[in-house]
Amino acid sequence: MITLSHYLIVGAIVFSLSLAGIILNRKNLIVLFMCVELMLLAVNINFVAFSQYLGGTMGQIFVFFILTVAAAESAIGLAILVVLYRKRGTINVAELDTLKG
Amino acid sequence: MINLPVLVFYSFASLLVLSSAMVIISRNPVRGALFLVLAFFASSVLWMLLEAEFLALALIFVYVGAVMTLFLFVVMMLDLDLVPSREGFVRYLPFGILVMVLFVAVMIVVVTPEHFKLGSLGAVPAHPEGYSNVKEIGEILYTQYFYPFELASILLLTAIIAAITLTFRGRQHSRSQRIDKQLAANKADRMYLVDPKESQ
Repeated sequence: MITLSHYLIVGAIVFSLSLAGIILNRKNLIVLFMCVELMLLAVNINFVAFSQYLGGTMGQIFVFFILTVAAAESAIGLAILVVLYRKRGTINVAELDTLKG
Repeated sequence: MINLPVLVFYSFASLLVLSSAMVIISRNPVRGALFLVLAFFASSVLWMLLEAEFLALALIFVYVGAVMTLFLFVVMMLDLDLVPSREGFVRYLPFGILVMVLFVAVMIVVVTPEHFKLGSLGAVPAHPEGYSNVKEIGEILYTQYFYPFELASILLLTAIIAAITLTFRGRQHSRSQRIDKQLAANKADRMYLVDPKESQ
């Protein structure tokens, strides 16, 4: 029997993997973007699982809007990435330190 | 005796975890993006198993069809040197594994049925005959959530405009009409006479 906990644990594992990915890949901005997408996916798994097991539709509507926002985010993010690469010739995170952060 | 849903769940959940692990450890971003596509497919199967058919298909259409294509385009467009992209991987590896293990351990303690009563819910509630997930989402989306739905469309429009404005560099060979230049031109600018006998 697959319980709600199974789905929540899968979501937690995917989220922690992407969190580890953000910690590990400090050099490539694209991989960071992919990790953020994976995080959103993990959150969406939780939303869908809760929504279906508790018998409500609200969670699925929320996932729908998350998908919309994620699409917009990745479009603008990749556009910024392309502009950045054109200007600086690199997307290495360590070299993007103009703001001294 | 293992029944089919359990088998499907475990195989695709492990596929999801493996491919998301490959996303973060693959050296080549193109390969990482393809593993991300695999992860989206696997989670779409999991959502299908949860009877959320609309979102499972929307995930494939939106992510695999649009977002990941965009990712692959950008990865291939940028001329990346892959050798220095591994610096710091080994250095941060213990910290990353520590964060991961801690997070998963805490979440397992929190969401297992011992401490979380809802976690023991065994099955998706049975739906009446003729139930359609798409129809239910459509009904609630176009009535109760109509205003957020329209806001989402405006958000997408803004994203389109922003992405185009950021990356657009102007047309290199524009054929547009510049009236001020047309009016400022005079005969001397446009025409000069050549004596054919002298040019021979």
